[in-house]
Amino acid sequence: MSDAHVEGQQHPISIYFKVWILLFVLSAGSYMVDYLALQGYLRWSLILTFMLLKAGFIVAIFMHMVWERRALLYAIMLPPIAILVFVTLMTFEGDLTFFTRGVTFAAQTFQAVMH
Amino acid sequence: MSEETVAASGSTPNDMTGFVADWSSDQRAFKNVPWGKAMMWIFLLSDTFIFSCFLLSYMNVRMSTTVPWPNPSEVFALEAFGTPVPLLLIAIMTFILISSSGTMAMAVRFGYQKNRRVTTMLLIVTALFGMSFVGMQAFEWTKLIVEEGVRPWSNPMGAPQFGSVFFMVTGFHGFHVSVGVLFLFIVARKVWRGDFDTQKRGFFTSRKGNYEVVETMGLYWHFVDLVWVFIFAFFYLW
Repeated sequence: MSDAHVEGQQHPISIYFKVWILLFVLSAGSYMVDYLALQGYLRWSLILTFMLLKAGFIVAIFMHMVWERRALLYAIMLPPIAILVFVTLMTFEGDLTFFTRGVTFAAQTFQAVMH
Repeated sequence: MSEETVAASGSTPNDMTGFVADWSSDQRAFKNVPWGKAMMWIFLLSDTFIFSCFLLSYMNVRMSTTVPWPNPSEVFALEAFGTPVPLLLIAIMTFILISSSGTMAMAVRFGYQKNRRVTTMLLIVTALFGMSFVGMQAFEWTKLIVEEGVRPWSNPMGAPQFGSVFFMVTGFHGFHVSVGVLFLFIVARKVWRGDFDTQKRGFFTSRKGNYEVVETMGLYWHFVDLVWVFIFAFFYLW
């Protein structure tokens, strides 16, 4: 590596402060969702939005992903898509287990009450 | 994309053409990425899958239980000024971990500027934030086990899976934080001693290090913060 080459990831310190403040604001936002006891789709969508924004800023700026070459970016960021497939599968599985338990346990409770 | 960046990062531009060229060049795929950093990213990817499996099994048991799930907002509430505030400790822990991420990011930058004094200081501050996080977690665990009677197999508030998921997920995350604190102190000592300037060989690896080690350490630490973002959203807020 030649001396003229700028070594490693060096970025203005102001960008770290900006992201830091932003993460504070986003965390406060997600905390307020719980504090104000928002419910239903509003709660879900707000929690997920704040979560993804926070995760995105941490990976992009703090972990320097926006400044990395695409060879690394895609190698790390594409495999987690498999997790989304897993989530989908486990959603069906969870629903089935819930349904089965509902059928079985309801019958057992019914018999217990009758006796 | 500026000309200098293209020149510094190899011959190909950083777009799809460059991506294909990097991967098909029959050379190292990650150009201008130190091996330690590349390996840390790959380790973090594997860790992502581990934590995802924990959160997925949590989602699965929570969806399939016929017993009501304990309300985290109430379970983790703390008394402050005579009134219960929901998730108070968890919120403080979140802000502490974000702050530690901020100091870590700046430590990486000052490391590359070879400012040993400031880098050491920032690394130690990061480690102290991490220690206070683990301390609060120990407090939270104690409160839950002793006062609330939560066990991995049962709890008085509702679905028994609550305890096992809680101890598994936060325990594994707390372990990551603890290991991170240990390594932060090790890296801080190396920076303070000037190992990366004098080309001193590492005790364990016998390799010469440089300030990229601080960045690799930073990647791990930010990842720990990243995992907490997901735990906070899915376990505490849901």
